[in-house]
Amino acid sequence: MRMLDDIFGIHESALKLRGERVGVLAANLANADTPNYKARDLDFAAVLAGEQGAMSLGLVTTSAGHLGAIGAGAAGGDLKYRIPFQPSLDGNTVEVPMEQAAFAENAVRYQASLMFINRKIASIETAITGN
Amino acid sequence: MSLLKVFDVAGSGLAAQSMRLNTTASNLANADSVAGDASKVYRARQPVFAAALREFSADGASDDAAVGVRVLGIVESQAPVTRRYEPGNPLADAEGYVWASNVNTVEALADMISASRTFQSNVEVINTSRDLLLKTITMGR
Repeated sequence: MRMLDDIFGIHESALKLRGERVGVLAANLANADTPNYKARDLDFAAVLAGEQGAMSLGLVTTSAGHLGAIGAGAAGGDLKYRIPFQPSLDGNTVEVPMEQAAFAENAVRYQASLMFINRKIASIETAITGN
Repeated sequence: MSLLKVFDVAGSGLAAQSMRLNTTASNLANADSVAGDASKVYRARQPVFAAALREFSADGASDDAAVGVRVLGIVESQAPVTRRYEPGNPLADAEGYVWASNVNTVEALADMISASRTFQSNVEVINTSRDLLLKTITMGR
């Protein structure tokens, strides 16, 4: 059933990445007063493109026991450091209002992905039950 | 599941900021404390924060993303303590002087505002993550 593998399309990876980004932004906000802490963020478009690429190309497997590369997830290497508008003297680059804005935006987009997935589930259910 | 680690991270932020609020309260309460000896007088204290790298990854996975806060310790201010002439004070030394604490009230108040702002944003993070998780576990209903 090839169809069942990509039922959710991009939203599956998107939801996972949004979830990871919540963690990164929460870490920035928690360390808002930590000296020498450098704020970080996920380059969302780049990571998602990478995930999608991995999905469409896949990994060549010569045996049924081999594991595919799908769902490798965002590793720490995908994290990038933020360029601060106004770095503080103690070496901290967290700008709390910016982080809060990014966090709110990320939460909304997470809910959007979740909604797309829910709608998809509802439509598949309709197709299965036929009413 | 990265969203569950948010609670650890934001929780460590809450703990660190409440520690800072505690030292601020102690500093403000002792702003007018005096002692008969320079070594015994209250000195302003504040916590030292550091990023808790790799503390929350129990399985040793590459979990650099979730970095909490850790309180390394409490340091006392090295600002000079002032000597005041108060012969009527029972704590005064033989020459009639008392030593006053080196708490800077304005600094302590600014510190308190900063700590409470960061505390609030951590609470906000926890609330939002909780809502997202609750919506996620009811996915497909």
